[in-house]
Amino acid sequence: MKYLDEYRDPKAAETLRRAIRAATTRPWTLMEVCGGQTHTIVKYGIDGLLPPEIALVHGPGCPVCVTPLETIDQAIAIAARPDVIFCSFGDMLRVPGSERDLLTVKARGGDVRVVYSPLDCLKLAEQHPDRTVVFFAVGFETTAPANAMAVWHAQRRGVRNSAVLVSHVRVPPAMTAILSAPANRVQGFLAAGHVCTVMGYEEYEPLAARFHVPIVVTGFEPLDLLQGIYQGVRMLEEGRVGVENPYARAVTREGNPHARRLIDEVFEVTDRAWRGIGTIPASGYRLRARYQDFDAGRRFPVTARPVREATECIAGLILQGVKKPRECPAFGGRCTPERPLGATMVSSEGACAAYYHHGRLHTLGSRTNA
Amino acid sequence: MPDTPNMDGWQCPTPPAAPEQVLLGHGSGGRLSAALLRNLFIPAFRDLGLNAEEDQASLSLPCAEPNSLRLALTTDSYVVRPIFFPGGDIGRLAVNGTINDLAVGGARPIALAAAFILEEGLALSDLQRVVASMRDACKQAGINLVTGDTKVVDRGKGDQLYITTTGFGIAPPGVSLSVRNPRPGDRVLVSGTIGDHGIAIMSVREGIEFETVLESDTAPLYDLVVAMLEACPTLRWMRDPTRGGLSSALNELATTAHVGVQLTEAALPIRTEVQAACEMLGLDPLYVANEGKLVAVAPADDAGRLLAAMRGHPLGRKAALVGEVVADHAGVVTLRSLIGGERVVPMLAGEQLPRIC
Repeated sequence: MKYLDEYRDPKAAETLRRAIRAATTRPWTLMEVCGGQTHTIVKYGIDGLLPPEIALVHGPGCPVCVTPLETIDQAIAIAARPDVIFCSFGDMLRVPGSERDLLTVKARGGDVRVVYSPLDCLKLAEQHPDRTVVFFAVGFETTAPANAMAVWHAQRRGVRNSAVLVSHVRVPPAMTAILSAPANRVQGFLAAGHVCTVMGYEEYEPLAARFHVPIVVTGFEPLDLLQGIYQGVRMLEEGRVGVENPYARAVTREGNPHARRLIDEVFEVTDRAWRGIGTIPASGYRLRARYQDFDAGRRFPVTARPVREATECIAGLILQGVKKPRECPAFGGRCTPERPLGATMVSSEGACAAYYHHGRLHTLGSRTNA
Repeated sequence: MPDTPNMDGWQCPTPPAAPEQVLLGHGSGGRLSAALLRNLFIPAFRDLGLNAEEDQASLSLPCAEPNSLRLALTTDSYVVRPIFFPGGDIGRLAVNGTINDLAVGGARPIALAAAFILEEGLALSDLQRVVASMRDACKQAGINLVTGDTKVVDRGKGDQLYITTTGFGIAPPGVSLSVRNPRPGDRVLVSGTIGDHGIAIMSVREGIEFETVLESDTAPLYDLVVAMLEACPTLRWMRDPTRGGLSSALNELATTAHVGVQLTEAALPIRTEVQAACEMLGLDPLYVANEGKLVAVAPADDAGRLLAAMRGHPLGRKAALVGEVVADHAGVVTLRSLIGGERVVPMLAGEQLPRIC
């Protein structure tokens, strides 16, 4: 298939693998920021092809994983209302809230639907004028333009019975937080290619300079990952900092100006809590005041209940690259995709689920023999 | 530093209680389905002879000679939405699916029973279309439909039309296909492209359009099975990988036979449209349903002959040798990726949900 097969070519992969080996003289730790990249790495067994000196740690770029428990509970409360049609991307449905997940709300009679585009919700709202159609607007800068577009259209077309529950997050503040943490061991980043498609990579340049790290804008196919790793290792070995962009077929320095304008029209930057990490300043988007009529959180206020949590899940450490999924004692035993303890075990982009689903054989250890 | 993450606040949710209600995932053919079978149905019916390992039960006639003909019995319900889709409809599926559950046990399908649950308000013309299609499918497969039942439920209490078919077949003496037969060294073959049915249904349901119409692969497989058994009497096991796809069928094999299975990604036959749809929706073709394909295991020495016989049959033209049964990693299915890495292919957990981005 055009534009896919070229980036999965075994010969080219072997050439890159050799180049990485030849370039590596010391141990290095690289973080791939996006969960989609983690997914590719384990799906194609890329970590198993690298020299032992190179450690890949998995970043916080999984929207499902970092949406706070309070927001999941809020979504569940709104979804259970009989006057609401609750729409979400598919993998939010299985994320455990304090007591249940959205799939359970659906099983108990709630009208919970999977959509592929937030614009589908506008159509639904026009078909069901007697109910409010709420879209769960989660994700990074990648999904923000489409979600902004849905709100913008709703206002322009006067679709008053549509609303969004916004829990958008931004990548650069999270990278800043990771690099600032005392336990940080990340020496270089594979930046999230799709986020950069929208936002460009200008904002990573000061980050690279401030923390003296190389950042490589990286795509999602196996060859993209290998190329990103190769350039990251080269920069580390040569002591270079800055931003390089081998994903130029999709990313420019400025990003997509139309998408950025739309985000800026509808959203403003706000502090945001990240599940497993805590509140990071200026790390999220919320609706601007002129779009607040479409804020599902205001329309359906939910009394925040104290969330009761346990301590066994180490998702926070995993999302910051401090630990690997297999270092968690619950991994694959008490915590599985069917019975997830934490959100990183839910989405196929979550590091734990990616390891569980596609992990290399030797990493599974006791689970496979159980 | 203000932007240092505050780790003190990090906590994790308590595990949600075991589901108190049936979830859609219980019907996905993956782990939840297996758990339902293991924890609820098997304990209830084990001492009544429930065989949960194969797609069909095999019964011997009380008056028959030992090692003579055996009867094969299977039943399956069809709840597909929409009821008409490119390449078929719920009626054709209900006939072919049950025939295939008999065929993969080596049994010749003889007769079907069909039970219909109709929702009040279903257009009679739609019912007529479905029934005509069932008749065509029976004729095509050379099977009789000899008894049936009809019930009607209130509007809103069913989704147009559900069909249950029960199939009755005869297994010739000497044929012993079982999920416990495969041995390390055996080869794994599939009869054609995987994932066609599931993606055809999903593309209608989700309104995804392709330049060509992607059709369900629904087809009766008995004729292909006859050709395969003729070419390869040593055939160990077959399964039609429907719900849960190829991965579920092979995981059942690995678990029950205590063997490992090693697949080669580059060898898997997948249509370009199916691959494209899976890329867009974030699905894995290994987990997508098939309705006219089978997976077979045969001794290595006979695999070449078997493959040639499959490719010589109209329903097996795209057949391929896709993997091997191994002694390592018993109970686990692995896959060698296109670029040479290795990964585990686990049983589907819950439903296969589309990814966000």
